[in-house]
Amino acid sequence: MLELLAAASSSFPPVDQDYLLEARQMQALSFAVHIPLVCFGVAFPALVIFMEWLGLRTGKAHYTAIARRWSKVMITLFAAGVVSGTLLSFELGLLWPGFMASFGDVFGLAFGLEGFSFFIEAIFITIYVYGWDRMSPKRHLLSGIPAMAAGITGSLLVISVNAWMNSPSGFDVNAAGEVVNVRPWEALFGNGHLWPQMTHMYLAAYIVVGFGIAGVYAVGWLRGRRGTYFRTAMVVPLALACLAAPTQILIGDWSARAVAEDQPIKLATFEGLYKTTEGAPETIFGWYTEDNTIEYGIEIPKMLSMLAYHDPNATVQGLETVPEDDWPAINVVRIAFQTMVGIGTGLAALAAWFLFVWFRRKRLPRSKWFFRAVILAGPAAVVALIAGWVTTEVGRQPWVVYQVMRTEEAVTGADGIVFGYGVLAAVYVALIIATWWVLRRVARAPFPPEIAALERTPDDGPPSGDEREAEE
Amino acid sequence: MTLAEVPVILMLIGIAAYVVLAGADFGAPFWSLTARGERGKEIRTATHQAMAPVWEANHVWLIFVLVVCWTVYPEVFASIFSTLWIPLLLACLGIIMRAVGYMVSGVEDRPWVWVLATVSSFVTPFALGTVVGATVAGEVPAGNAAGDLFTSWLNPTSIMIGILAITLCAYLAAVYLAGDARRTGRQGLSEAFRTRGLVAGAVTGLVGVVGIAVLNEDAGRVYDGLTSGAGLVAVLISAAAGLLTMASLAARRFNIARFSAAAAVAAVIAGWGLAQEPEMLPGLTIESAAASDNVIIGLLVSVAIGLLILIPSLLLLYGLVLGGRFDPGGESTGAGEKTPAFGLKPPRVAIVVLTLIVAAVGWTLTFVSDSGPGLYLGVAMVLITLFGGGVMLAFSLISTDQ
Ligand code: HDD
Ligand code: HEM
Ligand code: HEM
Repeated sequence: MLELLAAASSSFPPVDQDYLLEARQMQALSFAVHIPLVCFGVAFPALVIFMEWLGLRTGKAHYTAIARRWSKVMITLFAAGVVSGTLLSFELGLLWPGFMASFGDVFGLAFGLEGFSFFIEAIFITIYVYGWDRMSPKRHLLSGIPAMAAGITGSLLVISVNAWMNSPSGFDVNAAGEVVNVRPWEALFGNGHLWPQMTHMYLAAYIVVGFGIAGVYAVGWLRGRRGTYFRTAMVVPLALACLAAPTQILIGDWSARAVAEDQPIKLATFEGLYKTTEGAPETIFGWYTEDNTIEYGIEIPKMLSMLAYHDPNATVQGLETVPEDDWPAINVVRIAFQTMVGIGTGLAALAAWFLFVWFRRKRLPRSKWFFRAVILAGPAAVVALIAGWVTTEVGRQPWVVYQVMRTEEAVTGADGIVFGYGVLAAVYVALIIATWWVLRRVARAPFPPEIAALERTPDDGPPSGDEREAEE
Repeated sequence: MTLAEVPVILMLIGIAAYVVLAGADFGAPFWSLTARGERGKEIRTATHQAMAPVWEANHVWLIFVLVVCWTVYPEVFASIFSTLWIPLLLACLGIIMRAVGYMVSGVEDRPWVWVLATVSSFVTPFALGTVVGATVAGEVPAGNAAGDLFTSWLNPTSIMIGILAITLCAYLAAVYLAGDARRTGRQGLSEAFRTRGLVAGAVTGLVGVVGIAVLNEDAGRVYDGLTSGAGLVAVLISAAAGLLTMASLAARRFNIARFSAAAAVAAVIAGWGLAQEPEMLPGLTIESAAASDNVIIGLLVSVAIGLLILIPSLLLLYGLVLGGRFDPGGESTGAGEKTPAFGLKPPRVAIVVLTLIVAAVGWTLTFVSDSGPGLYLGVAMVLITLFGGGVMLAFSLISTDQ
């Protein structure tokens, strides 16, 4: 067995690839398209089913109308998610054959299970969307549940691969540098990094979807569309997002502690910490310079030790402990990390505003600025999402499998990466435009008569004194 | 048969399923080329309606094949993808075009969409066919981009199989759509597809025969495998099933035609497997490429579990589609059914307080525990209260203006 493996990996020695950076950017671009789309696959089914359930229980038409319309949006975004995901699975081989040849068997199982998850999601989303009025309402509602479950297992499995890349286990490397004694189940579920990453991503999906949908209706709200239908469609996703946003800070802290434990150099990169320090400070903003200091930063004493280890005097490992060759691109990671945390804090503050007004006054905030902030929150959440992935992925560099395989050993030896990159970028632009166009069409479709009648009498009345006050 | 060969069989089954199911969906737009005006529009609508509910599920078969390949034969996967990146990228582009077609036709019939879809009905089958051809002709050496960037997939065998794939997809689509049009009572359309199916079937058969001759010149090992022993049996079964399909089409027995066409495809793919064995790539046998036994067993276990869930789900979907339940204007069941109505009430104070307490405990546990059961219990409590709280909050928000 050992000789066979030796023969197998010896045909994949590292190659010269002048365009490693382009390959990485191509991968990054594809994720930046796929991941926001799949947030809808993860979080949207639950919202749609909830609406349908409300409609069934109360017998009121507007809930069902919302669920119907959302289900069209859901299947459009699902289709875009499917193609971008298909491209991603191709890219694993097109860009990183060295990685696949050495480790495909270690993490492959996760994708194997993932494949079934995709099947279930595709089948039941279709049944759900085409099944309106074609099955008894109860069965229709039930048919949405497997789609919801598959969204959860799908993201769980793919995150398990990423967590494994961050904290690899489930295999040994022998003296000749070959991967031996593969234990796939251990690779999949045997690492502690999975759970914080999974939970953090899952909440991120709810935040992106919740604020994203609420934002669309907030635009209408500011233009005076405030009837029962619009109010319900805004308030339900907003409620979920506003509870998830503060929770995300807690879970982010858990993620950070996992990073501190498994990848100390990544943590040092987040903070630009050169020297190993006892009671390390946290530096906000600023730019990491050649002479290993941070210019223009704001220092908060002992904060980093506090955050990473919940102990103000804990020792935090610095970048100096590894050769400079093993450092990620420090400023990229720092800026991405701070963007995510900044946006996350902002979203939590917005949520606090909403919850406060709700508990004190039993109503929505009346300030226009609240709704403007909600409109902004959707795109901001997407930015945080991508920034988070940049933090994770770029922060792991130069390793593709942390401290086992370098990205340059993983890359393809093929010519023409730059050409493929150009084609792909153009295709993504076209895909996004087409998706956008279809969503606009869905949004403009006329309402069923009973809903249209409902909306002709907005029940919120003219702007009240409160609102004018808040605007001043 | 050894354990290392079992996943190859899974891959071949996956490929056969992909060719039969997704092949029909790539071939369908091809036929929009053959008619203009009213008939053209009718063909486009029929195509969209027949395929839109199933295309996503059909595509997962491709992912399935890729995943089995990279899990069990990582080096084969990596060699093929690094050498053949151009056709593989082309195939992907075709898949995207087709998907955009479904998305857009879902809201509106736009002619430019059909231009894209038609291009994809050439590009994707051709590109994937050349990839198969490159493997058959032994043009992909093991290694990181070790084969030639162009001749690896632009050789006679590859081109031949690429063309065969185009005609085969068009043929499968016509057979499927002929039956579908009759099921929905569109006799004229059904006849149109029947004629097209007969022509496409004849062309596909012809290309197949020429293909065997090309293999003889260009891919001797596989040619020998296909013309002797078990490989020959498979080819003969495929030919017989092909003839049965043509006869059933001619006799308007579309349900038989559909299954025999699938059988013809499955048989030829089985024949390919038998003829190609034991080498997957030149010098790289199934045995030597395979991952260790516990990886294979892990995969087989997960596939078995997956199939237990997948098969009933697929049967449900195809049952609904073929039973006409998703046809536009189909009868609606239970739409008028009355459900007990209740007013939404804000949740009880006691429940809110309980939720807040659980949330507070959960947050504290998550924050203070570094690892172990305390941490996981805390996170579980946080998530439960998050969703419970979300539902309650939504209830109370929407009930205030009922
Ligand atoms: C809406 C999105 C969003 C928001 C508001 C936040 N994050 Fe985040 N974060 C992500 C979305 C995200 C993610 C889904 O993009 C990442 C990438 C990988 C992962 O597991 O989650 C991530 C990764 C990530 C990591 C790196 C994990 C690793 O490398 O393994 C840390 C340390 C944090 N986050 C910490 C935080 C903190 C302290 C936040 C508080 C304000 C925060 N995140 C808000
Ligand atoms: C399975 C889950 C994976 C997830 C969720 C994931 C996520 C991401 C994301 C979001 C980015 C974007 C970073 C940016 O915008 O700059 C990224 C970049 C990257 N990913 Fe991953 N990735 C995964 C697997 C992989 C695999 C299998 C490879 C293969 C080698 C890989 C290698 C890279 C590389 C090299 C980059 C570019 C980093 C850079 O530009 O410096 N990732 N990844
Ligand atoms: C290397 C990384 C990844 C690969 C190869 C990949 C591959 C795929 C593929 C092939 C699909 C289409 C499935 C279908 O045909 O139905 C898909 C969809 C999906 N992916 Fe990814 N993916 C990756 C990263 C991610 C990440 C980071 C997430 C995180 C949450 C994710 C979650 C999903 C979900 C939920 C779907 C379902 C489709 C949808 O809702 O739009 N994937 N992915």
